[in-house]
Amino acid sequence: MSWADLIIQGALLGGYYALLAGGLSFLYGVMRIINLAHGSLAVVTAYVFWAMAEYWQLQPLLLILVLLPLMGFVGWCLYRLVFERSLHGGALIPILSTFGLATVLDNVLFQNFGADTRSLAPYFDTLAYDSWTLPGDIIVGQLAVIEFALAVAVLGGLHLLLTRTSVGRQIRATSEDEDAARIVGVNTRRIHALATAMAFGIIAAAGIALGLRATFDAYAGPQQLIFAFEAVVMGGAGSLWGTLLGGVTLGIAQSVGARINPQGFLIAGHVTFLAVLLARVYAGDRLRALLAARWLHS
Amino acid sequence: MTLLAVQGLCSAHGLLQAVRTVDLSLGEGEVLALVGANGAGKTTLLRTIAGVHRAAAGRIFFDGTDITHFAPHERVARGIALVPEGRRLFLEMTVEENLRVGSAAGRKGSWDLDRVLHAFSMLQRLRKVKATHLSGGQQQATAIGRALMANPRLLLLDELSLGLSPKAIESVYVSLRALTDAHTTIILVEQDLQRSLSFAGRVACMLEGQIVAQGRANEMTREQVMQHYFGARLAAGGAPSV
Repeated sequence: MSWADLIIQGALLGGYYALLAGGLSFLYGVMRIINLAHGSLAVVTAYVFWAMAEYWQLQPLLLILVLLPLMGFVGWCLYRLVFERSLHGGALIPILSTFGLATVLDNVLFQNFGADTRSLAPYFDTLAYDSWTLPGDIIVGQLAVIEFALAVAVLGGLHLLLTRTSVGRQIRATSEDEDAARIVGVNTRRIHALATAMAFGIIAAAGIALGLRATFDAYAGPQQLIFAFEAVVMGGAGSLWGTLLGGVTLGIAQSVGARINPQGFLIAGHVTFLAVLLARVYAGDRLRALLAARWLHS
Repeated sequence: MTLLAVQGLCSAHGLLQAVRTVDLSLGEGEVLALVGANGAGKTTLLRTIAGVHRAAAGRIFFDGTDITHFAPHERVARGIALVPEGRRLFLEMTVEENLRVGSAAGRKGSWDLDRVLHAFSMLQRLRKVKATHLSGGQQQATAIGRALMANPRLLLLDELSLGLSPKAIESVYVSLRALTDAHTTIILVEQDLQRSLSFAGRVACMLEGQIVAQGRANEMTREQVMQHYFGARLAAGGAPSV
């Protein structure tokens, strides 16, 4: 595999990570909630999809159309029942409550579906295995390209929503200063619930993408949470395009790690995450000062 | 016609009762200057009327409707807009975006983006500039414009001239004069007593959370206001000049 091939495959994998991290980043950006149930919720969506396709033989496209708004509704309800109350309890309570939610979800899945791994690939014909050949004999999976395009579309759509619409401006206002947003008449409670619903819609898309590209089991959630978390932190928490960049960075790091050593796939991603985190902590201010000085003298 | 009626209003910050049994009424088109020393409860009273701060007791009637338990966005929709102390702009958003956010929950009316930019002409060339890059005067103009975008019937202005240069203050008050000419009802909290007395039709003095005196601005002397401003004990020792 050439380096160009490696980078392309890594970047496409990063598209999935960006999609996975999109909901986490958006929820953090609007409400400063670190949703530790993020990965588990994605896996729940994959299981619900699998169960409905397996037992009810529903069409995959119909299931996508049903599951995305359904998860949005679940998000709305969870905001009203869990997040809203826990937000009033300080920074730690939302973390603890979402951790508890993740634990419950993982164990409910295990109790109902057991330890068997499952996949959504069989319900989408041969999409998971089809590919295109690019110049230079670089073969890219159609699913990977679709997931990358979906990530760009979701993050780009969110960007447009936030910058071009009244609801988007209200979300940004609430995110920046909730008290001031209430003063000018923004219904911050509704905005928070809406943002949670949107984040859960994105989580649902990521869950289906997960089920298509890989096998999953009841305890796959925490691993997905770590990938999402790494992509968000590397790209800058709350930044949508940063999330895409973080996801691509993670994907490329994992691909390069696997090239160096077949066992190095995961560890290379974690090491890159730590390196970026340390660089942000120790050199972030100096780097910003350097860039500012260059900008002033240009 | 009475637009705002506040009856026995109490409001607290934890154990500290910041507003104590305040009674106040305001007619359509009236301008009331609310004066008092720091900590007298002026800001809390405005925030309670706007619904951002919860009333501990008492009632607030707006245009005959009891709005005591209404959420802030419901009050904005009925025509109450607050320009808060310190402006509280959304600094990462442009001037235009700040103004547009102001119209999200507001009433339909004659104030729209074009009219606000016309009224505050300094904002015309700054509409695409982030609020964080504005001067104090420009920020205050944006904050007032944002409140006007809600087409308020009652405008609550808190510490309008705080931190502004004399030139910026003059510019802001010139713009406000156009609002009073259009019979917008205003409650103005202002540290500059002289300016308050000349701008408002009525004055209410707050001391330790209560309204201790009120009357027509042109019938109250500066000394009377100062006496209530600092309380009788200080006034007996000679009030400082304004």
